[in-house]
Amino acid sequence: MPPVSARPSALRSILNNFLVWREASVILVAVLLVIYFEVTNGNFISNANVVTLSQFVAAPAIIACGEIMLLICRQIDLSAGQTFALAPFLVYFGAKFGLPVIPAIIVALLLCAAIGLAIGLITVMLDVPSFVTTLGAFFLITGITLTISRGFPATPPGGPVLAGILGAYGYSEIIWALLIVFGMHVLLRHTRWGLHTSAVGGNEIAAAEAGIDINRIKVGNFILTAVLAGFTGIIEAYRVGSNDPLAGGANMMFFGVASGVIGGTALTGGSGTIIGGLIGAVVLGVLQDGFTLQGINAFLFDAIIGAAILIAMVVNIRLLRWQRGGVQ
Amino acid sequence: MNGGAQIQGNTAAAGSGAAVAEPGGEAIRAEGITKHFGSIVALNGVSIHVRRGEILGILGDNGAGKSTLIKILTGFHQPTSGRLYVHGNEVSLTSVDHARSLGIECVYQDLALINALSVYHNMFLNRELRKGPFGLLDHAEMRRRAAAALEDIGVGVPSVDVEVASLSGGQRQAIAVARAVYSKARILLLDEPLAAMGAREAGLIIDLIERLRSRGDIAIAMIAHNYAQTLDICDRVVLVQHGEITFESHSAETSVEELLEIVRREYRAARRA
Repeated sequence: MPPVSARPSALRSILNNFLVWREASVILVAVLLVIYFEVTNGNFISNANVVTLSQFVAAPAIIACGEIMLLICRQIDLSAGQTFALAPFLVYFGAKFGLPVIPAIIVALLLCAAIGLAIGLITVMLDVPSFVTTLGAFFLITGITLTISRGFPATPPGGPVLAGILGAYGYSEIIWALLIVFGMHVLLRHTRWGLHTSAVGGNEIAAAEAGIDINRIKVGNFILTAVLAGFTGIIEAYRVGSNDPLAGGANMMFFGVASGVIGGTALTGGSGTIIGGLIGAVVLGVLQDGFTLQGINAFLFDAIIGAAILIAMVVNIRLLRWQRGGVQ
Repeated sequence: MNGGAQIQGNTAAAGSGAAVAEPGGEAIRAEGITKHFGSIVALNGVSIHVRRGEILGILGDNGAGKSTLIKILTGFHQPTSGRLYVHGNEVSLTSVDHARSLGIECVYQDLALINALSVYHNMFLNRELRKGPFGLLDHAEMRRRAAAALEDIGVGVPSVDVEVASLSGGQRQAIAVARAVYSKARILLLDEPLAAMGAREAGLIIDLIERLRSRGDIAIAMIAHNYAQTLDICDRVVLVQHGEITFESHSAETSVEELLEIVRREYRAARRA
């Protein structure tokens, strides 16, 4: 029998190269897009545009962190964009009822956690596909946001320093995003929670047989996703300087999911990377920002973005199959 | 007839192997286990026991109740009635974790491993090694120990870093068994360890099982379909039919023909009915 080796073998290094190359290919796409837009616009890499670009990237990148965890354990949260819109109003009303801003934010995030908990419990206890549960939650939360806001925007509470830290300062949103991406990367790759999430998505029965509480993992990731979506909504409101009851929505959620998938997360569960999700968000941000700078026809804008996402996802899925086939 | 002689020879060898390991005490005993699923009686008063250093073969048709029995021994199902003893003490297994804490572990044929995870992650699934104040996974130490544990029981894989998906069925099964043994399992339940396996692959697993028996501290019960293989490997066999044990014997004292005859009688009875 061949000796067991703890060092990376030839096969492993080939596999590594594949993986590195795959993420590198997404990075390459991002770089090519940047070069294209820089050549055609001339000021794509200017400081002002990098700030704008970072703001396109930040929110989907954070939403992607949650959705990637859910996709890995074969779930999805279609209502993340709705929680995103609701959370700043929860902060607003918390402050209105006399809470200081930071406790109001904490209460708002706890309420978002409760939303995630409810979605998760309905999904696992009643054995409803999360696609259905969160589709229901999508409309339910929209209704709640519209009802409590009466459909009007509101100004986020708090002074300029706090607002700056939370999102009003140009780079603060991307800094939050990078911190969260780092934390979530550690969670996925270096904690039991992350490993168990991959295990549940890879083979639910085997994970259960190993003694992993699969319902706990799923519910926990719904909570995580809802809290991250709520937090993103809050910092986005501070960046814009206004709570918008129609912010986020399906667009925000799908940008999060698309970021994950472009970055290599399998829609069939079991595998995915947070770093890939960040790169996916950068690709989407560059596309949005680039086409905006080019002054593309507003009616065509969504069609072009949609086509670009479709191409990126199809290429990703083909690459994934090819890679799997190549390893076996 | 030649085939029969061949089998007799093999069972004699297995019997002498058992004699060496015989001194081991009783590791697990189930008495009068009955299990109802609603109105269906899956098991009806089943009693078995396995000693340390012994391999018990559990034979029977699909739906006879073998898997239900194994799942009761692993704490996955709770019996409707009956008693369980582990190392001589009566226990009521409340969960898989509880059974595992008593050293009972089951290796399932297809469900054992997570294909998308590496060998070492699978080896340490749900008992990961951690380090530092934040309890982060200690990948390096898990890698090292997984490689050492596999080498120790003679399981060869290219590297502990490869995805399990890239390994053969026999290698996967061996890793699942190695995982159980490494985690201090002393009552090892194998659910069809040789099903759907070629001769070479099966040989790998049989070698591994026999190495584990020769350690003398592990009690093994395996579900199987192939009578010849089972009599060859196991010290004793029981036959489960419609939720009851209808036959029990030392491997050396029975034959494939005798087992087949019992099963044939059941088929004939079933066809008449």
